[in-house]
Amino acid sequence: MTRDAEDLNRRLLRARDAMDRTYAEPLDVPAVAAVAYVSPAHFSRSFRAVFGETPHRYLQRRRVERSMFLLRETERSVTHICLDVGFSSLGTFSRTFRQIVGETPSAYRRGHGPIVAPHCVQLAAMRPRLTAAETRRSSSFGEAVLAAPA
Amino acid sequence: MITRLNVASIYVLDKEAALDFYVNKLGLEKGNDVRQGDYRWLTIRVPGQPEVEVSLEQPGPPLHDAATAEALRELITKGALGGLVFITNDARELFATLKARGVTDFTMEPTDHFYGTDMGLRDPFGNPIRILQQGKATPKP
Repeated sequence: MTRDAEDLNRRLLRARDAMDRTYAEPLDVPAVAAVAYVSPAHFSRSFRAVFGETPHRYLQRRRVERSMFLLRETERSVTHICLDVGFSSLGTFSRTFRQIVGETPSAYRRGHGPIVAPHCVQLAAMRPRLTAAETRRSSSFGEAVLAAPA
Repeated sequence: MITRLNVASIYVLDKEAALDFYVNKLGLEKGNDVRQGDYRWLTIRVPGQPEVEVSLEQPGPPLHDAATAEALRELITKGALGGLVFITNDARELFATLKARGVTDFTMEPTDHFYGTDMGLRDPFGNPIRILQQGKATPKP
């Protein structure tokens, strides 16, 4: 690992932090790539090489994690929560949620209540893991599996 | 029985740059700074709490072989290693102070929770830092 690679890691981490911070806003690749001072063309590939998943997928899982939090902790409607976490279409939200979590937002809400743990712990540990199917698809980036906290 | 925590350590890419950040930006103070040959035992601590120190360790000899040091440096810059949690008496005031000192790598602005108000940032190398104001959160303006 060269010093240049370490510097790239750090800049990509800054872009990942920006997604974690501003997930509720409309984000596109050029805007997030700019945080890392990486061209949009190289950003997704670099991000995936370093963090094991595409920035798009990272952001989706952050948004889904935040929606899971709101489903557990609040009584806001699924439609409101969908918009709260940055999805613009209820259909896309429901499909993405189900794909990642394995059940619908309403079913998840019925099965889960508030979790008493610090916010930072929830942000880090409750972000949904890659499913087995996703893991197989990204098998050349095995660290994504390791990145899911035990 | 164990009676208290004395020293915890974090890995940084550069001890001098770390000292500058943790002392001049974050507002901590230097604890021990002892050289033993090539090795520098360098710690920081919270002013008023001298009994707990954070040791700043830099990957490399004599602690690590070259490959291990490279692996650690990679993990630091990916933000994959553990960090520090501090307590403040006023998270929002501290946030303003840190911004005025040029800190930009905030991962979360001061946010109210049932256990208090906390904020997040990273040190220059990628290590996560949380700062918590304990107690019932102050009402949002």
